[in-house]
Amino acid sequence: MRFCAASDQATLVYLGEEIGLPAHERVLRLLRLLQKDPPDWLRNLQPAYTSLMVTFDPGKIDQGNVEVVLRQFEQRAKTTRRPKPHTVEIPVCYGEEFGPDLEDVANLHALQPREVVTLHTSRSYHAYFLGFAPGFAYLGQLPKEIAMPRLEIPRKNVPPGSVGIAGRQTAVYPYATPGGWRLIGRTPVSMFRADRQPMAAISIGDKVNFRAISREDFVKLEST
Amino acid sequence: MTSLVVESPGLLTTVQDLGRPGFGPLGVSPSGAADPVALRLGNLLVGNAPDDAGLEMTLLGGTFVFPEGAVVALTGADFGAMIGGHPVEMWTSQTISPGAKLVLGPTRNFARSYLAVAGGIQVAPFLGSASTHLLSGLGGHDGRALRKGDVLKLGEPAKEISCQRISQSVLLTLKPRRVLRVTDGPQIHCFSEEAKQVFFRNTFQVSEASDRTGLRMEGPSLGAKGPGEMITEGVPVGAIQVTPSGQPIILFVDQQTTGGYPKIANVIGVDLHRLGQLRPRTEVRFERTSLAVARSLWIEQERLLNSPRQLFA
Repeated sequence: MRFCAASDQATLVYLGEEIGLPAHERVLRLLRLLQKDPPDWLRNLQPAYTSLMVTFDPGKIDQGNVEVVLRQFEQRAKTTRRPKPHTVEIPVCYGEEFGPDLEDVANLHALQPREVVTLHTSRSYHAYFLGFAPGFAYLGQLPKEIAMPRLEIPRKNVPPGSVGIAGRQTAVYPYATPGGWRLIGRTPVSMFRADRQPMAAISIGDKVNFRAISREDFVKLEST
Repeated sequence: MTSLVVESPGLLTTVQDLGRPGFGPLGVSPSGAADPVALRLGNLLVGNAPDDAGLEMTLLGGTFVFPEGAVVALTGADFGAMIGGHPVEMWTSQTISPGAKLVLGPTRNFARSYLAVAGGIQVAPFLGSASTHLLSGLGGHDGRALRKGDVLKLGEPAKEISCQRISQSVLLTLKPRRVLRVTDGPQIHCFSEEAKQVFFRNTFQVSEASDRTGLRMEGPSLGAKGPGEMITEGVPVGAIQVTPSGQPIILFVDQQTTGGYPKIANVIGVDLHRLGQLRPRTEVRFERTSLAVARSLWIEQERLLNSPRQLFA
């Protein structure tokens, strides 16, 4: 456990030094405990792969004492049980205009596009955290065989629902945003809706499976 | 129900309150007024709660009609407001008669002007806040910037609103700065001595490409000393990320909540509201300070903002 001031009002707690389930399990446990039993100085929590950023009210506590309290929470978090992860299935129509980079991914790895799809749908991904934009879940780890560097020039406007890959991560863009991930498909499922509970289709800690669907199914699902 | 009618929206006018901190686990940024101090003071002038919603205007103000009249206050940047051809004094509560038109123009000094209205602007809250988040189209008035013809509902004003004015000495204390005070960023050790010198000894210009998600700095490059791969982590408002090309970007209120670029520094709490007043092409410098100094400045500022006796002239 390592601490670093992120700002005069936020502390970063590092709970591991490499991306993987062991570090993330600690992040999740600490997050859940702080959510369940929030100290009065707590303003916000931002989990990530190996860290949790804790924003505090500097009128109530200082950086040093935040550390002291978080160490106590981390001790308690070791013995708490956390709820079983939900499994979320995301239907995706791969390729063509929905996945303009599918061919490039295939070419770079000397694969057929359908092999890329098979690899992408072959495993269950872990939702490490939501960041970047509301409902944008960072999912890992992508099979090495289809890992891709980001685009050199990010797109100005990625259509919502686009499924992207970058490094050994994959994600669905909830909104039309700029983005540098390689797009291989699109889902008709809306990733974030303020009028739904939970608002985000994927929550931190969930298991996520992608399922290939046809264009007809895409259109059908989109209209529901 | 009383209302406010948008006759012309200005360049970029949104409904904002003090934001929605606390939803990091959903990937939702805190948002809220870019200059929360100006909005808070405006709310106090019209008898509102500090976190009621008002209008945030950017560089060029709009024209607003109050069919039933209202008590309002303009704070932040001076957009040359007029009613019936007469200039409207800023930082003061003003009574607008029914049907009168408040006309604002281009900025005369800083980036954002705030219109607080007694009773507050009423919109359906998203995650407890009225703030507009443009990227996701959530919050505010239909999740978007105001347009001509929009009609906004106003809440019930406080029973008694005494005409008040913010004191000159308070305005002087809170005024915008071009020297932004920063504490060390979590990856400052990834930067070479030269890069740090470039950052702390030079002036940078606020780029035209800046908005509520971030302020891009133009100036000397901090060098492409590859800070290398960094594991994506949470980023606070005011974090100064350095892109691979060596340009600093200050993450702002509608920021992405996580980031993978190394952060050299972080703007301190009391200077965050000042970021909201930086216009494109303003020259800024960064001055290093300590966490302890930043915290005591914050406590002092909050004490001032919570003490009506000191605030009002």
